[in-house]
Amino acid sequence: MAKITLSNLRHSYLPTPKAREDYALQEIDLNWDDGGAYALLGPSGCGKTTLLNIISGLLTPSEGAILFDGRDVTTLTPEQRNIAQVFQFPVIYDTMTVYDNLAFPLRNRKMPEAEVDRRVRETAEMLEVTNLLNQRASGLAPDNKQKISMGRGLVRDDVNVVMFDEPLTVIDPHLKWKLRSKLKELHQRVKATMIYVTHDQTEALTFADQVVVMQLGEIVQIGTPVELFERPQHTFVGHFIGSPGMNVIPCELRGKKILMGDTEIPIEGSFTEEAEGQMEVGVRPEFVSFANKGLPAVVRKVSDIGRHIVVECRVGDVPVRAIIEKDAPDVGQNIHLKFEKQQTRLYCDSWLVSKPSSAANRKMAS
Amino acid sequence: MTKRHIIPIVYIIFLLLPIYWLIAMSFKTTGEILSGFSLFPQTWTFDNYRTIFTDPTWYGGYINSIIYVSINSVISVAVALPAAYAFSRYRFLGDKQLFFWLLTNRMAPAAVFALPFFQLYSAVGLFDTHLAVALAHCLFNIPLAVWILEGFMGGVPKELDETAYVDGYSFPRFFVTIFLPTVKAGVGVTAFFCFMFSWVELLLAKTLTAIAAKPIAATMTKTASSAGYELGLLAAAGTLTIIPGAIVIYFVRNYIARGFALGRV
Amino acid sequence: MKTENQKAWFFVLPVLLLVAFNALIPMMTVVNYSVQETFGNNVFFWQGLDWFQQLMRSERFHAALGRQFLFTGIILAIEIPLGVIIALAMPRKGFWVPVCLVTMALPMLIPWNVVGAMWNIFTLPDIGLLGYFMNHVLGISYNMTQSPFAAWVTIIVMDVWHWTSLVVLLSYAGLVSIPEAYYQAAKIDGASSWSVFRFIQLPKMKQVLTIAILLRFMDSFNIYTEPFVLTGGGPGNSTTLLSIDLVKIALGQFDLGPAAAMSLIYFAITLLVSWLFYTLMTRNDTR
Repeated sequence: MAKITLSNLRHSYLPTPKAREDYALQEIDLNWDDGGAYALLGPSGCGKTTLLNIISGLLTPSEGAILFDGRDVTTLTPEQRNIAQVFQFPVIYDTMTVYDNLAFPLRNRKMPEAEVDRRVRETAEMLEVTNLLNQRASGLAPDNKQKISMGRGLVRDDVNVVMFDEPLTVIDPHLKWKLRSKLKELHQRVKATMIYVTHDQTEALTFADQVVVMQLGEIVQIGTPVELFERPQHTFVGHFIGSPGMNVIPCELRGKKILMGDTEIPIEGSFTEEAEGQMEVGVRPEFVSFANKGLPAVVRKVSDIGRHIVVECRVGDVPVRAIIEKDAPDVGQNIHLKFEKQQTRLYCDSWLVSKPSSAANRKMAS
Repeated sequence: MTKRHIIPIVYIIFLLLPIYWLIAMSFKTTGEILSGFSLFPQTWTFDNYRTIFTDPTWYGGYINSIIYVSINSVISVAVALPAAYAFSRYRFLGDKQLFFWLLTNRMAPAAVFALPFFQLYSAVGLFDTHLAVALAHCLFNIPLAVWILEGFMGGVPKELDETAYVDGYSFPRFFVTIFLPTVKAGVGVTAFFCFMFSWVELLLAKTLTAIAAKPIAATMTKTASSAGYELGLLAAAGTLTIIPGAIVIYFVRNYIARGFALGRV
Repeated sequence: MKTENQKAWFFVLPVLLLVAFNALIPMMTVVNYSVQETFGNNVFFWQGLDWFQQLMRSERFHAALGRQFLFTGIILAIEIPLGVIIALAMPRKGFWVPVCLVTMALPMLIPWNVVGAMWNIFTLPDIGLLGYFMNHVLGISYNMTQSPFAAWVTIIVMDVWHWTSLVVLLSYAGLVSIPEAYYQAAKIDGASSWSVFRFIQLPKMKQVLTIAILLRFMDSFNIYTEPFVLTGGGPGNSTTLLSIDLVKIALGQFDLGPAAAMSLIYFAITLLVSWLFYTLMTRNDTR
């Protein structure tokens, strides 16, 4: 178990990167505490697998350093770093039995056979694969194969970190939640630092205590699932997390007033008034409701998705979604929208510039 | 370059040495060849090649070979395509036995068939025609073509067929406009293999021809034995037989590894 | 899953007809000859299984068969490991890969008699590159028209030259199909390079290696043209392999009966050994 520090990390797959676009990973500074459960969340190609491979040692970063408990491991091999990794597709040794698969990393490290046996049985117990131990690994179902891949990481008690690279990709949907909760449970049992890479927000939010959201090789926000939902630091986080994502509506700044067309939009607390650039208001569909007056809009589409109703409206040409419980308006109807003040944020050039009022702060603290 | 790359480099040098020697010989005069050892041709001569390109018995051999090889490749691929499709998509009575029986023909020693082939093709009046050699080579090329194509077609998901039928394609139209383009790499590789095995085979080709369709390889054997030891001429003829192979291999270079694995990786 | 469809037979019919025409009629001819004796003029006498019995006792046949197995055994023992080693050492990507593959495939595209002629020219004692090098640079007496040992070494080296690339290309295809994650997982598991070979690369190459061994067995067991052109079966009978002997009997002496009986036994051995190889190597997969 170790605390992981990434310091001034940058990576490019080109031999001589020049422009910012040449970097697959922009400058990253990060601290991960010992024993935490972290998720790296972002769309395909955002650099999360690159970051993962740098931590595991499969890639050496172009710039910067990785430290485990303060010790520089940047140039060490994956084996020397003592980490475990579970890949997108289950990697198992076809010709071996499940038992030998689990014992493989231990035997490679010359552990006495009695100790190997104890640990293998313990891990198999934990993963509920004890009854499969003597089977050939090649004949297993995908979810069991993936369990074995995880097992090869968990069987070693000295690993610094266990990493998961989209491990549920090939698993059937009905087994996904089972394995996901298994993982969560395992984390509580073994108390290892775990990093989970995914593009699926549900997986990230259910697994992790802290989620790192990445976009275009850059970390846009680090926070708990609640923070990501309530206070996205970047409109990308707003879009990416939540279903449907946050409404982001262009607006104008006139003195202290925020205007959308001729309508003033009240927002939370205060904001940096000298902010200049592309101004946008962000509000989650959960906090949009209908009122007698407010922002005029036209209903374009109503979708009843069971638990609630998603109403898609248009303000001018900007789409705005609202989630309501009942009494959906008709398509084509002219309505007025109201945003919940405390949950309405202001963004400048996609970054959050508004702050909650001190009153709201106090309320949240209590 | 690392240390282990020495292994393939040494291997490739080993492969190229005899080929180099053949080419070097082809540019030497008979006098130089017989007078002793020389690593490079001392006096370059194109006489050997000139002889081949002006003497009809020589260049005729090339034309004959290319004609029957082409006919064979076309026939093999054409009949193997529907068969490979059937094997990769359907189950039918005796399919496994049939597939295995086809493959056993790949194992038949050509020497076993030489004489019966001579009699068979004489009886049907095809002796000494290009068609005879092309048909005889079907014995081992069709099973091979079916095998390779089946491997490639097996890699195409069945949903492709079903989607096309749902979209209202008839079978022939689907096969030609959708399926064939999908497996075109496989077709290319198959044609390459048919070309290759028909091109390199000599025993049957020689047995089934006399004058009119005599392959280049047979012309060479005759030269080697009858016209004394015209090594330079022999070397030039040999060098020229490498060229068609080198050309076709260039076209399949990107599929070559997978092609040699018969589409089964 | 494949669907049951008896109409598929129509798709297979052209193949069936063409191959049957080429395989069944000649095969019947061979069977026919194998049980008869002829004194020319197309007059045949029933001979029963005499030819087979005679062949079974024939020392000449035993010797040729023995040489054939020895030859096939040696070239399999050399080409398969060598091919795997070369494939393992080859680069996996980059500009050199197609160059390597094309060069390696080149020997297989040369007509078989040209291969024989080429090696003949290459090994001529005083004017061939190899012959000159052996005799005059290394000072080892080397002349395959006189020494049976030299003749054997030459036909084996020639076959290694001709066909090892097939094993290389097949193994290479198997190797490049292994996803990168396997190597990464092995690194993380602390596997040695021997373990990587034993537990990742070898299992993944198994299927293509089965094909390689089968093809190499069949083709080397049926080999005729290259050694015939190179050595003519000599010196003496030292390199008279089974098919060379067969052609000598059938076309040289025109002893059709014995030749036909020999053909059938020959074919049966090829089939039997191929089947044995195949069953042994795929035994574990069905479980």
